[in-house]
Amino acid sequence: MAESIYELTQVSKSFRTRMGTVNALDSVNVTIERGSLVSIQGPTGGGKSTLLQLLGGLDQPSTGSVIIDGAETSDMSEKSLAELRANKVGFIFQNFNLIPTLTAAENVETALVPLGVAPAERKSRVDAVLAEVGLSDRGHHLPSELSGGQQQRVAIARALVKKPTVILADEPTGNLDEQTRDDIIGLLEGLHRDQGLTVVIVTHDSVIAQRANVRLNIVAGRVSVA
Amino acid sequence: MLFTYLKRELSKRRKQTSVVAAGLAVAIGLVVTVSAASASVEKAQGTVLQSMYGIGTDISISKPGTPGFGGPDRFEIGSDDGNSADGSRNFSRTRFDIAGFAQALTAEDLATVAATPGVGGYTSTLKLNSITFNGELPDFIINQQNQGTQSQMPSGPGSQPNVSSTNQPAPAPSGGFDGRGGAAFDVTTFTVEGIDPSESAIGPMSTVEVSDGRLLTTADAGTYKAVLDSSYATTNKKSVGGTIKIDGVKFEIVGIALSTATGSSTSSNVYIPLDVAQKLSDHDGEVSNVYVQATSADAVTDLDKALTKALPDATVNSASELASSVSGTLTSASSLIQSLGKWLSTAVLIAAFLIAALLTASGVNRRTREFGTLKAIGWRSGRIVRQVMAESIVTSIIGGVLGIGVGLAGIAAVNHFAPTLTASVGGLAGMGDAGGPPGMPGGGQGPGRPVFGNTFDVALNATLSPLVLFTALALSLLGGLIAGMYGGWRASRLSPAESLRSVA
Repeated sequence: MAESIYELTQVSKSFRTRMGTVNALDSVNVTIERGSLVSIQGPTGGGKSTLLQLLGGLDQPSTGSVIIDGAETSDMSEKSLAELRANKVGFIFQNFNLIPTLTAAENVETALVPLGVAPAERKSRVDAVLAEVGLSDRGHHLPSELSGGQQQRVAIARALVKKPTVILADEPTGNLDEQTRDDIIGLLEGLHRDQGLTVVIVTHDSVIAQRANVRLNIVAGRVSVA
Repeated sequence: MLFTYLKRELSKRRKQTSVVAAGLAVAIGLVVTVSAASASVEKAQGTVLQSMYGIGTDISISKPGTPGFGGPDRFEIGSDDGNSADGSRNFSRTRFDIAGFAQALTAEDLATVAATPGVGGYTSTLKLNSITFNGELPDFIINQQNQGTQSQMPSGPGSQPNVSSTNQPAPAPSGGFDGRGGAAFDVTTFTVEGIDPSESAIGPMSTVEVSDGRLLTTADAGTYKAVLDSSYATTNKKSVGGTIKIDGVKFEIVGIALSTATGSSTSSNVYIPLDVAQKLSDHDGEVSNVYVQATSADAVTDLDKALTKALPDATVNSASELASSVSGTLTSASSLIQSLGKWLSTAVLIAAFLIAALLTASGVNRRTREFGTLKAIGWRSGRIVRQVMAESIVTSIIGGVLGIGVGLAGIAAVNHFAPTLTASVGGLAGMGDAGGPPGMPGGGQGPGRPVFGNTFDVALNATLSPLVLFTALALSLLGGLIAGMYGGWRASRLSPAESLRSVA
């Protein structure tokens, strides 16, 4: 039996808003095996992003247990969660979330800062990963000087440079045209296929969801396997 | 990475960096200017006291006038005084007496000073006012004679009055400066100080230097030699080798003296040997001021008390008491800087700190997604706080350096535009200014009249001292720390999930 990288047991997450308490996730039980390509689909407000944040150690459940690569995160300190994110999780965002004042290479380098990697090694790793995503000649460009697809490649390079255990992508192609979308999804599929990375993609796009080997649907905070 | 990120942030977000740095620069510049101006005013006060009492003087002694002392002095002009010419009479009168309505200290008083324990040394001077009254009046004798001729009455018994004569109008007044019976007066005053030519360590000669010729020496005692204050000499076109008339006596000018304090005159206009001054003013053996040096700085207070007790009629002032007697626009400037200037600086500084803190916090808010992303990729809050603080501190240092530039410009403006201030030493509240000289309209006198009535012109000379420089940089750093701590605190409170959710 394949080793699981995620084990979520009876996970609920609620938020207090001015309109009252919102139950974003309700008694979720999910297990994801290492090396899976997972898609999460569902309507807006259904709890997709909340689930992704729990999977990435950005947040903790209100109740229940979230185990990431063998570590229980429900009662982790902020410091331990930061270490977990720094070492094991690579994030890719819909809006790329690059630092606008840093170049592409420097943006990628930010992921190595919390790991304490020496400057010389940082540079070689950054150069290597930029080459891997096809941006060898764009390292010194600012995000504003890059196209949407190139910016997302920089974001993918930033997620990859730390050699993570899992890549979490929140609508990674939401702001891209069809051709670029296919390029990015192809890149993520390649990482999953060639490096055995666990890749979790939140998407509205059924075409992308169809290409995953595990498809989760989430509606009103409840998760089901398609 | 911290420095790369810092450099990029400050250079790419120039607008915010400029606004914060400019705000701090204005505040620091104001503080630098006010501090430098304040220091220059304090220095000017010290200069005035030095000019007046000398560097080595710990205590000064004088004897103020008492009620009824002196009385209004008059220039009495007899009808046949002066020289008659063209129906006018020209005359000149000079009064030459102790300045400032003071009484003289006697040889006995000086002996008391010398015998008082704690006196390390002393010198005495006789400070005199020379007031010359030059005038032109109609010749009353000629006018009277003319009137007498025109209205002559018959003298013999039974004589008839000369009707035609008595009906003639009286002749118009003649003579005087306008030829119609008017009068004109010029008043020339200057101060003359009789000094001990052998004493230069204490008293007025301790703060002068020779600009031309020489100072008085022991050999000048008993001779008609004079040293002139440089400003007075320039104004009156006097130079070494020339002469000056004091109470009708010609003195040879042997030197021109300059105050060692920048922008200040010496305490008197003319210096002559003490014995000559005493003889000319009929104050043989008497002096007006005594400058005392204590045996040590610790002995000043006790010596002050001992002299006050030994000379009950005299005014005994220590250096600290003298400082409080400075008045005039210099004092007004000092209080303006002390009150308004410092409050204004403080208010602007607080405002600049607040603006810097708010702009930094606002910058943090704008960078919510940026910091949320950094937290998502594993940056700890402490690292982000350090980043925010470093940016804030570097901005504040830029502001501080610019502020010093603004301050230097402010100092230059103060030195260029500030009017020359005046300082009156020895003035008493409510007495007004010098009034007029004795015997002249407006001339005041009576109890409490200042013994040392000198007024000095003092030019402000504000400079940037190392202390002010250090304070400016320290304040700018403080501003950066406050702003950075506040912004960093805001950044540390950002939850990565919430900060990413809030911008999704």
